[in-house]
Amino acid sequence: MQYALAIYIEPGYEDALSDAERDAMYAEYLALGEDPRVVGGARLQPVETATSVRVEGGRTLMTDGPFADTKEVLGGLALIEVTNLDEALELAARVPAARLGGVVEVRPVMPR
Amino acid sequence: MLEEVFRDEWGRVLASLVGFLGDFDKAEEAAQEAFAIAAERWPTSGVPANPGAWLVTTARNRAIDRIRRERTLSEKIHLLPVAETVMDEFEDTVIKDERLELIFTCCHPALPLEGQVALTLRSLGGLGTADIARAFLVSEETMKRRLSRAKAKIKATGIPFAVPDAHLLPERLDAVLAVVYLIFNEGYSGRVDLSAEAIRLGRVLAALMPDEPEPHGLLALMMIHNARRRARFSGEDLVLLDDQDRSLWDMPQIAAGRTALDRAIALGGRGAYVVQAAIASLQTAERIDWPQVAELYRRLVDLTGSPVVELNRAVAVAQAGDPAAALRAVDRLDLDGYLYLHSTRGELLRRLGRNDEARAAYRRALELATSTPERRFLTRRLEQL
Repeated sequence: MQYALAIYIEPGYEDALSDAERDAMYAEYLALGEDPRVVGGARLQPVETATSVRVEGGRTLMTDGPFADTKEVLGGLALIEVTNLDEALELAARVPAARLGGVVEVRPVMPR
Repeated sequence: MLEEVFRDEWGRVLASLVGFLGDFDKAEEAAQEAFAIAAERWPTSGVPANPGAWLVTTARNRAIDRIRRERTLSEKIHLLPVAETVMDEFEDTVIKDERLELIFTCCHPALPLEGQVALTLRSLGGLGTADIARAFLVSEETMKRRLSRAKAKIKATGIPFAVPDAHLLPERLDAVLAVVYLIFNEGYSGRVDLSAEAIRLGRVLAALMPDEPEPHGLLALMMIHNARRRARFSGEDLVLLDDQDRSLWDMPQIAAGRTALDRAIALGGRGAYVVQAAIASLQTAERIDWPQVAELYRRLVDLTGSPVVELNRAVAVAQAGDPAAALRAVDRLDLDGYLYLHSTRGELLRRLGRNDEARAAYRRALELATSTPERRFLTRRLEQL
């Protein structure tokens, strides 16, 4: 089964880490990215770069910033292929953001 | 009689069908069909030697028939591994008990707690939706939605029908025990007999995980508490442990609870349920060993970090003969909005002869009391001062 992991982070959470801690975290992300169960994903630019688009009555409305004004913001996405939810949850718990003030939302992907 | 067989067999039959069909709704439908056939036939033909096996076989056959009728057989048959062979080999095969898989699925932490509770009662307890709704004081419609949402999430998100791997087991077992204990506590205040239901579940769990200490501990705790249920109230009024009429205690149930507790301890159990059961057991002794109770509460404080447990420890310290130390412990607690903090302070101050302060504490408790029996109890205490 495929699941999407939406990785939410607290902006600036990296600043609180020492260089060594930050390097260790990046190494963890790299290791996760190389896990054969991770079939896709993307790390996003900071939330300041976000533009939200909606179309109302044929007009395209654009606003600066993310869609929802929350403490945590979407920082990245991963697509994984595993056998069941337990395996997906275990992988999600290994995402460093989950223990660094962020949260990982796990959602099954609609079968095509 | 037939109803009893049904209640006993429901969980096992349903578990086997969920395992076989991989789908809660289909499994429930098939189980219901099989039970209906049994209800029709058994009164005349007699109950078969192995009613569970009969029900599972019948339900499986019905489920397969149904799938055939739906004419999507070619498409679906690959989802039903070993379907054909199972049918033939069935006669003399012992059915694998898959209730443990079912419990862990129903109590999966990805489900909302109220959904876990409802699904456990429905699937393992065999309770009807209407009964569960009544027990939790919600409409049948609400309960139906709660159940179908939980089942839909299991299906859509791929919650496995499995006992978790060893490294996940402690955490997941905690979740299961929490659900059972929650059901027990719902029933303690005396509506539908959910406490009896929780004890049934506890027995099943302890039997299915014979080498895990905490299920035995939880079972012990529930039995020893439940055994004193009739003595806890006099009419509407709360009766304290000291004043309870022990002839109202269910002694065989206390003995059964102690046996379960011994088993838990022998298995090396030192967790929260085992400790609570040990406390409950000590409190049923002819002469209560309060220093020992206080010591166990200290362990429980270490395990839970709960200020309410610390309050209970203080009470035990007072009972052991040191109300001054107890009061010092109580005054360190940050529980101002908690009724029992103030009623306990009132009692401790009274014992220390500080009656004015005792009255003030009881008055504060009375402000926080919401139920009539509690208010009556506190008013009586105030009058006695």
